[in-house]
Amino acid sequence: MKVLVPVKRVIDYNVKVRVKSDQTGVDLTNAKMAMNPFCEIAVEEAVRLKEQGIASEVIVVSIGPKACQEQMRNAMALGADRGIHIECNEFPESLQVAKLLAKVVEQESPGLVIIGKQAIDSDNNQTGQMLAALTDMPQGTFASKVNVAGQSVQVTREIDGGLQTLTLSLPAVVTTDLRLNEPRFAKLPDIMKAKRKPLAVMTTEELGVDITSRISTLKVTPPPVRAAGVMVENVAELLTKLRNEAKVIS
Amino acid sequence: MSILVYAEHDNAQLKTETHKLVTAALQLGEKVHILVAGHQCGAVARQAASVEGVSEVFVADNEAYAYQLAENIGALVVSLADNYSHVVAAATTTGKNFMPRVAALLDVAQISDVIAIESADTFIRPIYAGNAIATVQSQDSIKVMTVRVSAFDAAAEGNDAPLVELDTVIENQQVTFEHAEMTKSERPELTAANIVISGGRGMQDGENFSMLESIADKLGAAVGASRAAVDAGFVPNDMQVGQTGKIVAPQLYIAVGISGAIQHLAGMKDAKVIVAINKDPEAPIFQVADYGLVADLFIALPELDSALT
Ligand SMILES: Cc1cc2nc3c(=O)[nH]c(=O)nc-3n(C[C@H](O)[C@H](O)[C@H](O)COP(=O)(O)OP(=O)(O)OC[C@H]3O[C@@H](n4cnc5c(N)ncnc54)[C@H](O)[C@@H]3O)c2cc1C
Repeated sequence: MKVLVPVKRVIDYNVKVRVKSDQTGVDLTNAKMAMNPFCEIAVEEAVRLKEQGIASEVIVVSIGPKACQEQMRNAMALGADRGIHIECNEFPESLQVAKLLAKVVEQESPGLVIIGKQAIDSDNNQTGQMLAALTDMPQGTFASKVNVAGQSVQVTREIDGGLQTLTLSLPAVVTTDLRLNEPRFAKLPDIMKAKRKPLAVMTTEELGVDITSRISTLKVTPPPVRAAGVMVENVAELLTKLRNEAKVIS
Repeated sequence: MSILVYAEHDNAQLKTETHKLVTAALQLGEKVHILVAGHQCGAVARQAASVEGVSEVFVADNEAYAYQLAENIGALVVSLADNYSHVVAAATTTGKNFMPRVAALLDVAQISDVIAIESADTFIRPIYAGNAIATVQSQDSIKVMTVRVSAFDAAAEGNDAPLVELDTVIENQQVTFEHAEMTKSERPELTAANIVISGGRGMQDGENFSMLESIADKLGAAVGASRAAVDAGFVPNDMQVGQTGKIVAPQLYIAVGISGAIQHLAGMKDAKVIVAINKDPEAPIFQVADYGLVADLFIALPELDSALT
């Protein structure tokens, strides 16, 4: 069974973004970029399936500018076997990404697609579900446990009230939550080896997908800043302030 | 323009998320319909009909909808969507699960996590963990959107909208529900509570959360946690507040032993009043706190507990 893992290049999660003064977006000049943390978890899960002999091949896909290949090489250093880069100047919206991935699914026929539940830049949480709908695969979103057995996969999902476990027939789409696993660090020899793994480049035209977005961003502004607070000396002072000044407790 | 609102419920009770969605929907247009999909959910449907501003309630009551499986719910919503200008659901794990399917099957984009509505096609939503706020305009014929309900007030009850039963049954054979482990709590729900007290890694273990629970019970508060506290197994996953957990906007948020990472702040910085208790005066949480107390939580919490009656 092949496992397909889409990965996204995003700003490193430790970096606090700044909004551009012309309000057209956030300033990414010289910002540290990295693989989206949820995608890293997806790669790790796929590699573990390969180590268990369940997956035969782990294929990473990334969509966006050439620089995405850096994150694809990272994924290959972590154990992915080969890569497919769909090169385009911008990062398309989720629906267009899902359509492109659906084409790759058609070509590669993976048994499982493991994909991060959200990208920490757009915070959309859409692509995996859209891909599942477009390819008529069942979905197990926000997974904290994945167990492949024969022709199906059991997925434990983190939901608002607790945990829910589903069985999906394969092929299926799984989206990763934070507690699915702890990704490993790449070792130096693996980083070297990853440079020689096959990486195919395609265009959106070749896949026949129009990536024009139907959402326009009119402006991007910084969030409202909270007024500076005060430090209190002790619990008694805190309670007095909460009762008499903020009036949030009685 | 008609708006379809997807009801959030647990088959027994309508959740306040739905009342908040109705408030958002009424800013989009006048005709608001609610869809209640579930199993043995008659009481929920009647409650939905009582929400002010709603003109019709559709009820799809079938076993296939009991667990809100995305495959079934998504297809059901798609079967109704043509009559609407907007389809709206809460940005809960239910809405996030099935709504992108609706959008994809209708071949439209989804707008996630809307926090304000400028007009029928222009919406405001946070990106980058809330460190930037985007105003976006949709050119799609049907707008599919999830709403961050903490940003809207709840519509009142007192209405008596007509109920319409739907007999559409969609049962996808590729997915089966196995079981659920739901966290039981007598305390208010995190996303609905007026006061939230959360613990982080500084709590050291799950047992120490009883200190927070005791205070929570005195204040009528819900108990939350940081990711570190959940990852360490102190408390269950559904208590996580943050970018990838629950978003809360209570009157009062008390962060105890939480450093204040960007991802945690994304889930609570819209609280009216923030209190931070942390032994490290440099902890970033103090930058957003209205009231900061530098203290060892193992001393401060018992003090706080005994000072409350
Ligand atoms: C993709 C991604 C998504 C994430 N999503 C979330 C999310 O949704 N929610 C979330 O919370 N995090 C999230 N995180 C994790 C986040 O980056 C932080 O790691 C996490 O919030 C830290 O939790 P913490 O503050 O409890 O722990 P720490 O950062 O370890 O802070 C513990 C704090 O406790 C204080 N402390 C220790 N002992 C005491 C004591 N005795 N008395 C008083 N204070 C004490 C310390 O001074 C310290 O400030 C995410 C991270 C990633 C990469």
